Amino acid sequence: MSAPAAPATPSSIDDLPPAIEVRGVRRVYKAKPNPVTALDGVDLDVAPGELFGLLGPNGAGKTTLIKILTTLLLPTDGTARVFGFDVARQTTEIRRIMNIVSGGEQSGYGLLQVREQLWMFSQFYGIPVREGWRRVDELIDAVGLQEQRHQKISSLSTGQRQKLNLARGLMNDPWILFLDEPTLGLDVSAARVVRDLVRGWQAAVPGRTILLTSHYMAEVDELCDRLAIVDHGRILALGTPTELKQRVSAGSIFRLVLDALEGGVEPIAALPGVERAVLAADDATAPDGQTVAVNLQLTDDAVLGSVITALAAQDAHIVALQKSEPTLEDVFVELVGRGFGDAPEGDR
Amino acid sequence: MTATLRIPEPFHPTSSPMEAARWTRRRKLATDLRAVTGRAYPRVIGLIREPSWLLFEILLPFLTTSAFVFVYRALQAPPEYVGFAVLGGAMTAFWLNVIWMMAAQLYWEKDQGNLDIYFTAPVSLMSVLFGMAIGGLFSSCLRAAVVLGVGTVLYDVVFTVEQWGLLIGVFLLTLGALYGLGMVLASLFLLFGREAWHLTQAMQEPVYFVSGLNFPVGRLGMLGFLAIALIPLAVGLDAIRQLAFAGSAAHVGTPSPEVEALILVAMVVVSLALARAMIHRLEWLARSEGRLTVRGG
Ligand SMILES: Nc1ncnc2c1ncn2[C@@H]1O[C@H](COP(=O)(O)OP(=O)(O)OP(=O)(O)O)[C@@H](O)[C@H]1O
Ligand SMILES: [Mg+2]
Repeated sequence: MSAPAAPATPSSIDDLPPAIEVRGVRRVYKAKPNPVTALDGVDLDVAPGELFGLLGPNGAGKTTLIKILTTLLLPTDGTARVFGFDVARQTTEIRRIMNIVSGGEQSGYGLLQVREQLWMFSQFYGIPVREGWRRVDELIDAVGLQEQRHQKISSLSTGQRQKLNLARGLMNDPWILFLDEPTLGLDVSAARVVRDLVRGWQAAVPGRTILLTSHYMAEVDELCDRLAIVDHGRILALGTPTELKQRVSAGSIFRLVLDALEGGVEPIAALPGVERAVLAADDATAPDGQTVAVNLQLTDDAVLGSVITALAAQDAHIVALQKSEPTLEDVFVELVGRGFGDAPEGDR
Repeated sequence: MTATLRIPEPFHPTSSPMEAARWTRRRKLATDLRAVTGRAYPRVIGLIREPSWLLFEILLPFLTTSAFVFVYRALQAPPEYVGFAVLGGAMTAFWLNVIWMMAAQLYWEKDQGNLDIYFTAPVSLMSVLFGMAIGGLFSSCLRAAVVLGVGTVLYDVVFTVEQWGLLIGVFLLTLGALYGLGMVLASLFLLFGREAWHLTQAMQEPVYFVSGLNFPVGRLGMLGFLAIALIPLAVGLDAIRQLAFAGSAAHVGTPSPEVEALILVAMVVVSLALARAMIHRLEWLARSEGRLTVRGG
């Protein structure tokens, strides 16, 4: 207790209120011929420091939820809070601690150069003039727009444009960053830059929170700590990518190729956490007849460790190990009853 | 391709979002002011970067002014009428800027997707409107100065100013009232879209006429008084005219410049209050209805 108090740096993120707290949120748009229910009773908690994903098909309500959380839209029913601040009443506070970047965003003034445009935006976050220019240069380096520094923003490519948007979004180092399809239309390398930067930026300070929407399963799978699968304004499932995928397969599946298995598969199948261990029916992986293939179904990847230990005790050596896991797409299909790209039944 | 990633340093780190959300009044004000300069900035850059439009913006209106000058000369109108035309020509710059740029600004910003960014930025929406106005003023001032300077030299206009302070005050108030109106129009345009646009277009010439751009508005009798009570351009111009041509124009039958200054003050106050109410109404509409315009997308 006599030690000098540690600076109140965000190491104490446990004490923070939830980054996002959504309770029974509904949003109905007036539209012709019928009102559209974009969100239909959403409950959601996101902890400080999480990178949370919203995955869902077109029209699922992802953007609507983001708009509500970024104070652009009011919920028709229910409440939502961002770090404890109410989205309906405490808009000023929320705007000071957040930022939002959308895919395909065309904000700004075409005649300005990249550097000028970013500086202009810096003024909207209250950054002093000189410091603004420094910050802009730092962000230009971070997103990799050095060569476009003096290019008019109207002439930027889609990927460059999105890097500019991301630089704007990071300008004020928000506590919470909303990313609505941040890699929309980007090629592999540009999308990689965006993902790595977002991840790295978030990891740099404990408590920084990101809510991301995407159509790309692999992106959500790779980036997000947890995700929610949304459709028709409802959350259908919520959990870590691994948890969600486990729902489909109820475990993880491996294919093991061994040089020999003298003791048979029974001792392996008897291990805790091993749901199934069977010799592969086909001989495709053991064409020379000198290797043995085993299909394993485990409750969890972690069980693999004990399997390997048990094999070593039997003096069996692993020649190949392949994991075959369900993807989020499988999860989606199982939950929604249709593929991700397919139109809903009624729309056909 | 394999460039190592440079994560930007934490920028003014705060220990918690709650701390980050607590701003002093001073910081809030400073941010609002920066937003004003920020929003004015692209306009200024545009002016510097593409000076070609200056030619059109200045040359063409100047021709209109010149046409009046020649007509007055041909009609052997009193010499100060030439001065009125030059003065009117200079002041048109601001009016055109308000009607064509300011009024359409928010509508255009929405199309660009800038509006969402302004709404979610931690600034007052009024500073965005002020920024637009200042940016517009910058180019209009240039244009007005050129028309006034060239016109004065070319057509031998002689100004007789007795109350410099009042003249400057009235000029500034006129700008305030004009751009205040512009801020109101900006919200109206966004709400009503094309219809408001057409209405303004239709109104342009009549407004010119009743504003006495090229002659003392007092000549219009009751209509002139109505214009003075309602149109910032009319009352401002009339006051400036009286003050810039002291003596010669005082008898045209409009209120004294002092009274007109008061009218302008009222216009500034009313238009700013109205602009503020309207932009907040707009924001509320956007948040509750999910759209900004009264009709269509
Ligand atoms: N302003 C609006 N007025 C009327 N309906 C709207 C409005 N905005 C969205 N909607 C409707 O609300 C539903 C949800 O839209 P939203 O944009 O939230 O979906 P999304 O999940 O972001 O979809 P996408 O993946 O295509 O971006 C859709 O049916 C959409 O048509
Ligand atoms: Mg969307």
